[in-house]
Amino acid sequence: MSDLTKLTLTAAMDGLEKGDYSSVELTQAFVDAIAASNASLNAYVVETPEKALEMAAASDKRRADGKAGRLDGAPLGVKDLYCTKGVRTTACSNILGEFTPTYESTVTQNLWDEGAVMLGKLNMDEFAMGSSNETSRFGPPSNPWRRAGSNATLTAGGSSGGSATAVAADICLAATASDTGGSIRQPAAFTGTVGIKPTYGRASRYGMVAFASSLDQAGPIAKTVSDAALLTEVMCSHDDKDSTSLNVPTRDWMSEVGKGVKGMKIGVPKEYRIDGMPDAIEKLWQQGIEWLKQMGAEIVDVSLPHTKYALPAYYIVAPAEASSNLARYDGMRYGARQDGDGLIGTYEGTRADGFGAEVQRRLMIGTYVLSSGYYDAYYLRAQKVRTRILQDFEAVFADVDALLTPTCPSAAFAYGEKTEDPVQMYLNDIFTVTANLAGLPGISVPAGIDNDGLPLGLQVIGKALDEASCFRVAGAIENAAGFVAKPEKWW
Amino acid sequence: MSDRPTYTLKGDTGDWEVVLGLEVHAQVSSNAKLFSGASTQFGAEPNQNVSLVDAAMPGMLPVINEFCVEQAVKTGLGLNAQINKYSRFDRKNYFYPDLPQGYQISQFEHPIVGEGEIEVDVEPAHGDPAYAFTVRIERLHLEQDAGKSIHDMDPTATYVDLNRSGVALMEIVSKPDIRTPLEAAAYVKKLKSIVVALGTCDGDMEKGNLRADVNVSICKAGAYEKFRETGDFSHLGTRCEIKNMNSFRFIQAAIEYEARRQIEIVEGGGEVDQETRLYDPDKGETRSMRSKEDAHDYRYFPDPDLLPLEIDDAFIEGIKVNLPELPDQKRARFESDYGLSRYDAGVLTADAESADFYETVAKGRDPKLAANWVTQELFGYLNKAELDLSTTPVSAVQLGGLIDLISSDVISGKIAKDVFQRMIDGEGDPADIVEKHGLKQVTDTGAIEAIVDEVIASNPDQAAAVKEKPKTIGWFVGQVMKASGGKANPQAVNKILRDKLGL
Repeated sequence: MSDLTKLTLTAAMDGLEKGDYSSVELTQAFVDAIAASNASLNAYVVETPEKALEMAAASDKRRADGKAGRLDGAPLGVKDLYCTKGVRTTACSNILGEFTPTYESTVTQNLWDEGAVMLGKLNMDEFAMGSSNETSRFGPPSNPWRRAGSNATLTAGGSSGGSATAVAADICLAATASDTGGSIRQPAAFTGTVGIKPTYGRASRYGMVAFASSLDQAGPIAKTVSDAALLTEVMCSHDDKDSTSLNVPTRDWMSEVGKGVKGMKIGVPKEYRIDGMPDAIEKLWQQGIEWLKQMGAEIVDVSLPHTKYALPAYYIVAPAEASSNLARYDGMRYGARQDGDGLIGTYEGTRADGFGAEVQRRLMIGTYVLSSGYYDAYYLRAQKVRTRILQDFEAVFADVDALLTPTCPSAAFAYGEKTEDPVQMYLNDIFTVTANLAGLPGISVPAGIDNDGLPLGLQVIGKALDEASCFRVAGAIENAAGFVAKPEKWW
Repeated sequence: MSDRPTYTLKGDTGDWEVVLGLEVHAQVSSNAKLFSGASTQFGAEPNQNVSLVDAAMPGMLPVINEFCVEQAVKTGLGLNAQINKYSRFDRKNYFYPDLPQGYQISQFEHPIVGEGEIEVDVEPAHGDPAYAFTVRIERLHLEQDAGKSIHDMDPTATYVDLNRSGVALMEIVSKPDIRTPLEAAAYVKKLKSIVVALGTCDGDMEKGNLRADVNVSICKAGAYEKFRETGDFSHLGTRCEIKNMNSFRFIQAAIEYEARRQIEIVEGGGEVDQETRLYDPDKGETRSMRSKEDAHDYRYFPDPDLLPLEIDDAFIEGIKVNLPELPDQKRARFESDYGLSRYDAGVLTADAESADFYETVAKGRDPKLAANWVTQELFGYLNKAELDLSTTPVSAVQLGGLIDLISSDVISGKIAKDVFQRMIDGEGDPADIVEKHGLKQVTDTGAIEAIVDEVIASNPDQAAAVKEKPKTIGWFVGQVMKASGGKANPQAVNKILRDKLGL
């Protein structure tokens, strides 16, 4: 039998359906692969091989009974942001200690309801705050990709660095991730994988450890656009337990992937061309434009004039919401606690000890921008910027079907390269935060490699609820790019 | 109705007045909490009524309980207030162990109910005339209650009970339209009667389901009027907020103490600090809880987990058409239908139980007689015995039976009071009591004549005197009644006496 771990999700589903292998066989292959490689990759922070094999056996039985679901028997990884019943969930923060939920997030429940198998919990930046996964309490995962001729370990991006690493290294078929400012798309771009952040409200936030409520959105990281479409269909649902969940049906997005772009109008926003962007990225963007033209799309130059305010606005809104969302981690009911002098001492000890430096920085920023006397100047103004950014998008979407941009201003960087200067790190999100601020769907698809042999991604941003166009355009780029490069195995 | 009196406190520098504004927290009557499905039942074991949302577990999200929204709108309508079709929930951020989320979900900028007004009746204690005044309502908003911290179970630890955490509260904020301690209590009473009539809050102050924060400031004569003309608060003194009072008596006592305290400070050349204070009923004084400098910066911002609350006219109309009769409407009806005085109608409609009781007693009977028996005899007794209508020994049907006996001349009003006492003592139905003790009024003229003859015969001097002074016939009436054991019909006695004495 060939290496089952190299399969795409959709191919694996076909194989299971045809009976080429059982879910137990498939799952065992991943369990073995994880056991062999996780020490090097550090993608999983919790491994659940026994649970996985149990779920796989149950899946094989369901399939035998003709009751297989859409993901039946598919071994997946779960970002540690999702609460999983009976399996430790810490959002990779010390403050959650050994917290083990008694409940399941809606998104993961949707996966299990369709028969998926859980391999374990995936590494991430602490509370999803970071762009390199370096803020994880468990240390960062290692990007399977390395620069040609270099042994330096690169970041797999963040915050869903573990998800991207696991997918790129074939130690899961696909993974759940989450995206508050680019946390799905940037790691996907850094690892040659596909990641989509659906429209805000498509997937339930119930049971997802909150970072910034108005920006957080669940989505998958997968090997192909079709795989991502399949997972998105299953992950998204209307949920009464999340008031911001949209009551709209999910679509048959898989069928969109191969439809092509003929007759579509694709906008290219000039504000996404920034100083200091590597030539390779600029060239790849041009290449993407050419591909789409050749496939019959019309390319339109558009302007999103408020783009330059997006990153500062994001770094006000997200920390503000986080400062409130993370107030519940006070050592009183669950998680880690550091007893101190009286109540205040216990609060201070618990939170100083439990939160890492980046989380603390953002809590301080968030607390500051919401303070009386500063609220109007920061938070309120940032919300106004947010409205402007949405209006920019609405204006161009009156004319175009989707937008094409680079996913990130750089390829994967080495650890420590940007940790000294938080602003340099934040700048990595410059092309992705806009979709979060406007609540729009955005997908990153691998489209080429740079001079160092590292993968680069292109981003397609769609209208609200128009994931269909994202999948169509991304599918076309995937097809045109024929991106088949895989990292050379060093781990 | 009489004019509104001015309440003044004498100081060394002259007279002072007080200005009061109240924030009343009323727990919404609802089976489930404001944003979770957990039960709100009182008296459960600690931490039994706590959902994952209430305990602020990671990834848990609030979902609005629509029934609580309905209750708030209903209350707003009862306060004659503007219902805001757009309102929003905000987070009020602060750390405390009984606040699991680290924030309270409240409505800061856009409350569900806007301005309204209610009329409040005041019945002063010392026989001063009753009067009514208007309190403008500034707003009503929905918010979560916090849990309970229990500091006295352990010398070194605090225990937390989250049963109340997340229970829906309505905060009803008045404008500073209240000018005396008694008015403050009357206002809270009125609010209570409205929410209880609406079924939106049970009004149980002992359980803390209705409690008041009172803002107290003092000013010199004329300053308040300037404030009302201009809306400029600088005409008023610095206010202190006395938190969390759950008895009418405490509210009045706290205001009286606090006003005096502020006068002393100002007259001593000091300045009142804007602060939050607590009333200590044991010591009868207020003490500082936290000063303005220590005040939390609550960092309010719109809760991103919740959509704005948008309601439409149909929703409001649906509630409006099903509104029960409100205390004011009921009182107006009692005045017009039963011919009662405003005061009696007010007493009888203060709560639904009293009104229902009265209407049962009055049905098919003399409404004024019924009102007298309910308000004076029965309520008088209940007050003295510290009972209420839920524990009354005399039922409405029994009291009605007693009135029937009076109206049909079976017993006199005087005998009726004896019968009433026996009813209180648990002797049962009035007709049975009358029968058992032979209390029927004697209307047989022959029997009365015999008694009259005997009384006249035994008192020849008085009989002679009454002819000179006919007004003293009362003495004879008394003697005859006494001789009849109170059972003789007084009208008959009077008539026969006059005949026999030749008056």
